[in-house]
Amino acid sequence: MRALVAMSGGVDSSVAAALMLEAGHEVVGVTLKQWVGPGGAMPVAGCCTVADAEDARMVAGRLGIPYYVLDYVDEFRAAVVDAFASEYAAGRTPNPCVECNRRVRFRALLARTDELGCDVLVTGHHVRVRRDEAGYHLLRARDREKDQSYVLHMLGQRELAATEFPVGEMTKTAVRERAAALGLRTAAKPDSQDLCFVGAAGYRDFLRNGYPAAAEPGPIVDTTGAVVGSHRGTIDFTIGQRRGLGVALGGRRYVVAIRPGSRTVVIGSEDDLLASGCEVEGATFVAGRPPAYAKVSVQLRYRSRSVPATMEPLGGDRWNVRFSEPQAAVAPGQAAVFYDGVEVLGGGTIGRATGRG
Amino acid sequence: MLYLDHAATTVLRPEAREAMVPYLGEKYGNPSGLHEVSRRAKHAIETAREQAAELIGAARPLEIVFTGGGTEADNLAVAGAALAGGGRGGVVTTAVEHEAVLETARFVSRLGCPVSIVGVDRSGRIDPDEVAAAVSPETAVVSVMTANNETGTLLDVGDAARAVRAARPDVAVHTDAVQAFISEDVTVTSTGADLIALASHKLGGPKGVGMLYVRSGVELEPVVHGGGQELGRRSGTHNVAGIVGMVAAMERCVADRDRFRSRIGAARDRFEAALRQGRPDVVVNAPPDGRLVQHSHLRFPGVSAETLLIRLDQSGVAASAGSACQSGAVTTSHVLEAMGFGGTEAAECVRFSFGWVTVPDDGDHAAKQVLAVLEELA
Repeated sequence: MRALVAMSGGVDSSVAAALMLEAGHEVVGVTLKQWVGPGGAMPVAGCCTVADAEDARMVAGRLGIPYYVLDYVDEFRAAVVDAFASEYAAGRTPNPCVECNRRVRFRALLARTDELGCDVLVTGHHVRVRRDEAGYHLLRARDREKDQSYVLHMLGQRELAATEFPVGEMTKTAVRERAAALGLRTAAKPDSQDLCFVGAAGYRDFLRNGYPAAAEPGPIVDTTGAVVGSHRGTIDFTIGQRRGLGVALGGRRYVVAIRPGSRTVVIGSEDDLLASGCEVEGATFVAGRPPAYAKVSVQLRYRSRSVPATMEPLGGDRWNVRFSEPQAAVAPGQAAVFYDGVEVLGGGTIGRATGRG
Repeated sequence: MLYLDHAATTVLRPEAREAMVPYLGEKYGNPSGLHEVSRRAKHAIETAREQAAELIGAARPLEIVFTGGGTEADNLAVAGAALAGGGRGGVVTTAVEHEAVLETARFVSRLGCPVSIVGVDRSGRIDPDEVAAAVSPETAVVSVMTANNETGTLLDVGDAARAVRAARPDVAVHTDAVQAFISEDVTVTSTGADLIALASHKLGGPKGVGMLYVRSGVELEPVVHGGGQELGRRSGTHNVAGIVGMVAAMERCVADRDRFRSRIGAARDRFEAALRQGRPDVVVNAPPDGRLVQHSHLRFPGVSAETLLIRLDQSGVAASAGSACQSGAVTTSHVLEAMGFGGTEAAECVRFSFGWVTVPDDGDHAAKQVLAVLEELA
């Protein structure tokens, strides 16, 4: 078997490539060039940099496997960056990693595995896959701290049949130890940050510079509608944010809603932030169909805990989700991912929070 | 491994390797010194300079400036002429030049030199009169490459030089002959140029050395400053072994040129004929009667060049898209863009380039392998 390993230049995908080799497969390493900075060059700071590609290249060289950099700049810009900016401008809090996985890695790249002469796509994601008579099951990673199942909830049977995640069975510590034992230069490399494309300046400067329409000033109001301040653009705010509101009121205040139409940011107390449920749009399921039962748990943000919930169909790919107890900062645009224990059932995008406290 | 990327770089010629050996060993001297060890090194580079001058048809050996490669030679020619005498002279060049010329033009433009870029037709050719028409009273240098490094298209530098001279006799004409010298008769007379850039490694010499022919009387501002070597035109201790190796490769290259043209031309023609027999839709991008014999720049409609190159690599054929960024990713070529290719068309183009080690059978083998990969991709 010949494996196409998506190598980011990080330790996980480095070890994934090494493990495939050890398992006796032929391995081809690729890095996706996803983003170009000013002047068309690969960025020098942040993720997806020339240095990352060089790390991946050096690891591939050390492992003795062919290595290529593939140009996915156009796909990435359309599927991830522009979508990120327009979602933000619409007052939502998108998760670009989800879109990147959905549309770039596990669609565009997966579709090319065969034409690149390979049989399976391998990534360094921390997630596990099991197969039984019912098909493929997607499970949280062995290392729960590093679990990435939240950003891979969109994978279906077809994707899982063509993909392997060899480091999902390992703790991050074990991954680093293996990399060190193999003499890979990425062994001690820090974990990459999310929002790979925005660089050191942060996503707000990124949006402000690249998408000025999302940075129009507007009012800050309280939950009664009274104007209590002003802001330099709704892109500076996310649901649940407490810092940087520029408003001095008695008690802690949080962003509880963003209304892009009137460019209004609504702030309120911690209680105002609570929601008893949410509507989920564009849901997909790993098994290809929703579960036969309604009692699940749902995770509302990356790297957070899941909470018990009940899911009810609203028709099509829309679902109503009720939490067992109110949750804070349920942000439209984030993914809501359904679990049964450690198994990912599927997920979609939070459309709106419901049953505000 | 079937290596068909000789335009990127080629195999070191044995003559070059042999010529270099003493200068990597016992003849280690720095040519700039008064003692015996230096004198031997000095003698070597001055002998090489005489040979190079003769091979390129220069009137005097001191018209040859040794540089650290073709890129540096282009930098010295373009920036050197534009900035000569502390001025801000204008640059006229073509849209298909190598980055060594285009980026240097952009650099001097940032310093205040007026820069004018002349376009090309669909097969990459210039109109010499258009080049001459772009010359203004401010123009200091006109740079037109002898042949394009990606497509192999021959540019009419001779006619452009004549047309420019007719308009402004005092303008310096530069030609980047880096890709052309191995197969084309490149001399001061044939190009009519005042400045000619060559790179050693494209001819079968070592990497990291090149030369610029500078016609007597053409003033250049140096771009590398220091100890004043090369009459102040290029400072830095000479790469003695590199210079000796380059000139040995040049000598071999000129002596072998006719055979190179017939042997490599046969390989290339057999390659294209066999390929188009299997895939009649394959398009040759350069004009059939006006391109380098060693280049085959092709468009494979409906096939991603990136995919094709990776699959060819897997089956042991090395080719290139002619343009790669720092990361190694295939990028849209400014040359194809200038020729009017859309993004999709440009992403379907692959350059196969043959070299002095190529034998005519290589063309058949290459075609067979490419057709096999295309078959698998279909």
